[in-house]
Amino acid sequence: MQTEYLIALDEFCTNHNIEISFVSSLQQNGLIEIKTVKETVFIDAGQLQQLETFIRLYYELDINLEGIETISYLLERIKSLQEENIKLKNRLRLYETEL
Amino acid sequence: MNFVDYYNILGIAKTATPKDIKNAYRKLARKYHPDLNPNDKDAKKNFQLINEANEVLSDPEKRKKYDQYGQDWKHAEEFEKEKQYQQQSSGSRGARYSGSPSGGDFSDFFESMFGRASGAGGSRQVKFRGEDYNAELHLELIDAYKTHKQTLTVNGHKIRIAIPAGIENGQTIKIAGHGGQGINGGPNGDLYITFSIANHPKIKRLGNNLFTTVDLDLYKAVLGGEIILDTLNGQVKLKVKPETQNGSKVKLAGKGFPVYKDEGQFGDFYITYAIKIPTNLTDKQKVLFAELSKL
Repeated sequence: MQTEYLIALDEFCTNHNIEISFVSSLQQNGLIEIKTVKETVFIDAGQLQQLETFIRLYYELDINLEGIETISYLLERIKSLQEENIKLKNRLRLYETEL
Repeated sequence: MNFVDYYNILGIAKTATPKDIKNAYRKLARKYHPDLNPNDKDAKKNFQLINEANEVLSDPEKRKKYDQYGQDWKHAEEFEKEKQYQQQSSGSRGARYSGSPSGGDFSDFFESMFGRASGAGGSRQVKFRGEDYNAELHLELIDAYKTHKQTLTVNGHKIRIAIPAGIENGQTIKIAGHGGQGINGGPNGDLYITFSIANHPKIKRLGNNLFTTVDLDLYKAVLGGEIILDTLNGQVKLKVKPETQNGSKVKLAGKGFPVYKDEGQFGDFYITYAIKIPTNLTDKQKVLFAELSKL
């Protein structure tokens, strides 16, 4: 069984000096997942990096939730296109000849 | 070390008000923020520059010093008294976007005038993960064929990593916790290593399959025989069927590249035959070919 690393949401929010309601809004918009275990709300450690990105976008760049949702979608698209680009470049190498 | 024109970087006039600076900085930060420009080194560099410009121009003391001595930064001794005063004060007064998230290093010019930056700042004492580091590792195709260990030096620290067989050109792996130090007690960032695998002179790779072209003399192509084939795992003996056509392909199942993180699994090895027509024929050969053509 795979071990899950969970971080208590209230502790995370205190450390990052952010409101719990912000994380709840992200969850309601499907941007992150939160888990409730014995009445304590947690976030998965694997989502930490993404959540911190959302925090920077919201608190530092003043981008609202709708903007974050759009950015998140576009960043996924960029990631997917970058992966496709690597695959195509590798395929192209098949036809490259040494000069 | 060159003079850095912070006003030009933010696209503002020397007479800009604090509000103008804030607006210009915010606009550019949104454009170049590393979170919005993944894997874009130019954007990261620009972001560091605008952060640095804001660090100076949004702080009245630093801005005053920069306006007074900026072009003449080499006379650092004249600034010394003021520098001591600066170190006693609490650092930047303007908010700085953390972004990457430390905001990265400042230029030599900045450090010459103002000393080392005091880390990601602003008024919020927030725990942040350290900056993620990106590195590129060059390998030969043969190196990526077998799982092996390599010792890398990243920012002065030696890291020994295992590189799994089957890694792809352009693939990035994450080494957790080996990035920049966390800020205000936050966890360390991660190290991302992107692999650049050089082309092999004879063998091409596509995913887990390998491709090569083998020259075959006419007689062996017509009559059949054996050839010795160079693979990434040594030489193999290969039977050539009689009447092999030019450009025909043979698949050696399971003799290709190892599948990434799937031990014991291999792709296939495809061989294309390029039949070489003999040149400089002797008279006897010409006669024999002529006879053959009449049969």
